[in-house]
Amino acid sequence: MDYHQFRHFADSWGLVYLLVVFLAAVAFLFRPGAKSGYDRAARIPFDEE
Amino acid sequence: MGAAFFYVIMGLAATFAVIVASLTHDPNFAIHAWIVVLAALVAIVAGLNTFDPEGKPKPVKGKYLDGVVQAGVIATMFWGLAGFLVGVVIALQLTFPALNLDTAYTNFGRLRPLHTSAVVFAFGGNALIATSFYVVQRTTGARLALGNTAWFVFWGYQLFIVLAATGYLLGITQSKEYAEPEWYVDLWLTVVWVAYLAVFLGTLFRRKEPHIYVANWFYLSFIVTIAMLHVVNNLSMPVSLLGAKSYSLFSGVQDALTQWWYGHNAVGFFLTAGFLGMMYYFVPKQAGRPIYSYRLSIIHFWALIFLYIWAGPHHLHYTALPDWAQTLGMVFSIMLWMPSWGGMINGLMTLSGAWDKLRTDPVLRMMVMAIAFYGMSTFEGPMMSIKSVNSLSHYTDWTIGHVHSGALGWVGMISFGAVYFLAPKLWDRQGLYSARLVNWHFWLATIGIVLYAASMWVSGIMQGLMWRAYDSLGFLQYSFAETVAAMHPFYLIRACGGGLYLLGALVMAYNIARTIMGHQRREVPMGFAAPAVQGA
Repeated sequence: MDYHQFRHFADSWGLVYLLVVFLAAVAFLFRPGAKSGYDRAARIPFDEE
Repeated sequence: MGAAFFYVIMGLAATFAVIVASLTHDPNFAIHAWIVVLAALVAIVAGLNTFDPEGKPKPVKGKYLDGVVQAGVIATMFWGLAGFLVGVVIALQLTFPALNLDTAYTNFGRLRPLHTSAVVFAFGGNALIATSFYVVQRTTGARLALGNTAWFVFWGYQLFIVLAATGYLLGITQSKEYAEPEWYVDLWLTVVWVAYLAVFLGTLFRRKEPHIYVANWFYLSFIVTIAMLHVVNNLSMPVSLLGAKSYSLFSGVQDALTQWWYGHNAVGFFLTAGFLGMMYYFVPKQAGRPIYSYRLSIIHFWALIFLYIWAGPHHLHYTALPDWAQTLGMVFSIMLWMPSWGGMINGLMTLSGAWDKLRTDPVLRMMVMAIAFYGMSTFEGPMMSIKSVNSLSHYTDWTIGHVHSGALGWVGMISFGAVYFLAPKLWDRQGLYSARLVNWHFWLATIGIVLYAASMWVSGIMQGLMWRAYDSLGFLQYSFAETVAAMHPFYLIRACGGGLYLLGALVMAYNIARTIMGHQRREVPMGFAAPAVQGA
């Protein structure tokens, strides 16, 4: 794989891959019924001293 | 680790270093070997003090391993003062060149990396290691993993700092900004860092709380990414195994890009992600309220790490770097506006409904100022990465001003806030020695930063404009020396700003020392007027 092929792969499939992973992470965050779990997670620092 | 094993290792290390010191032809390398000998001997003597000939297993004291966090807090204070002091010295050297003292050891070129490494790696690094050990234990309910390995991380890191700092003064450098230490010091840091990663991950594996709190995500990304950056950027070939000098495996524009991929991600993952971990634990704790939006904190995390890693090429605008790579660096830097401001809003909104606490709690005030500076410097940074702005700002004092609004304002203030939070907790005191002294520190530091950043804006933009000014015949209007002379007053203001910041840190050191001693100042609580003096 030479420089140009590598670069072409990075700015097409590589870019799409990273974007999809990021969007999937955000979508997962807002899945239905997730809110109460995250509200609880936010209180972890207060669970103990 | 058994005591016998410890002495054998330390003895071997000392012996090995003596052999190296006797064989090498490089006098500076020999000095470093003797420092290693000394460190190993000190470790043996310190170990003998606590030596237990019967080798009984010691009862584990307390639920958490906090001794290493206490040591980290003291080291943070110590290195902070050292680093700020050297910063003021080099600011004065730029103002009054006679202060270079005309020796190789004290000139600006050697003291400048001493300053940057002392504040970034010694002060910031100790603050990050100490707080990460504290936070990961508190948010997982588990004691630090791997026994006393955390102590190895602490002392190993201090040895790294001493070797790096003495190396700069002796003239040992591989000339890569923020990665100046030579190959053998780099190897040592790699060992320490892998141990750090093992302790942190091991503790996460032992967690009693199933969910990993977001602060730990930021800390973990900082540890992993720094390991990767450090190893790749420092790939080099030593000239001799008995000498300090090495040559980088990269050359030309590849070397430059690797260096700034490293350099900018040191900002992104050391000075940003790590300290965001601090923010996501200590701000909610100090405010007594959970983070404004936990989901926003997770988006903040993923967006930050997806974008930051690409931003490095903006350090190489208008160089031999291919245009597309420069544009890539610029575009990703601008996109960073979103996670940065999302995170800032998340931090600030944590106080919504509790803003009144700012009147009475100067520690919280400090943290809020830190978040405000996080917002300001992460606004300024992307703006400066735009090529046309960069053509004015690059290589000028504007860059220095920008870095310091992030370093003094964000990194410094959030670390001070964390240390003020930790000291009474770790030494089991009722509270800080004095809240009013914290308030003094807050104002000294804030005014210091304002003087620093404002003078560097003026100086930097003036410098940039003078460099690009042409006369009617197309000649450069100003000589370089004329721009230097024009900047003199601003250098003086900058030195004053740095001096105020150092003074604030001294007030803090005094306050923390008295807190550790268990003293409490009798004073009117914050938010109340001092009682009127009774007339006769």
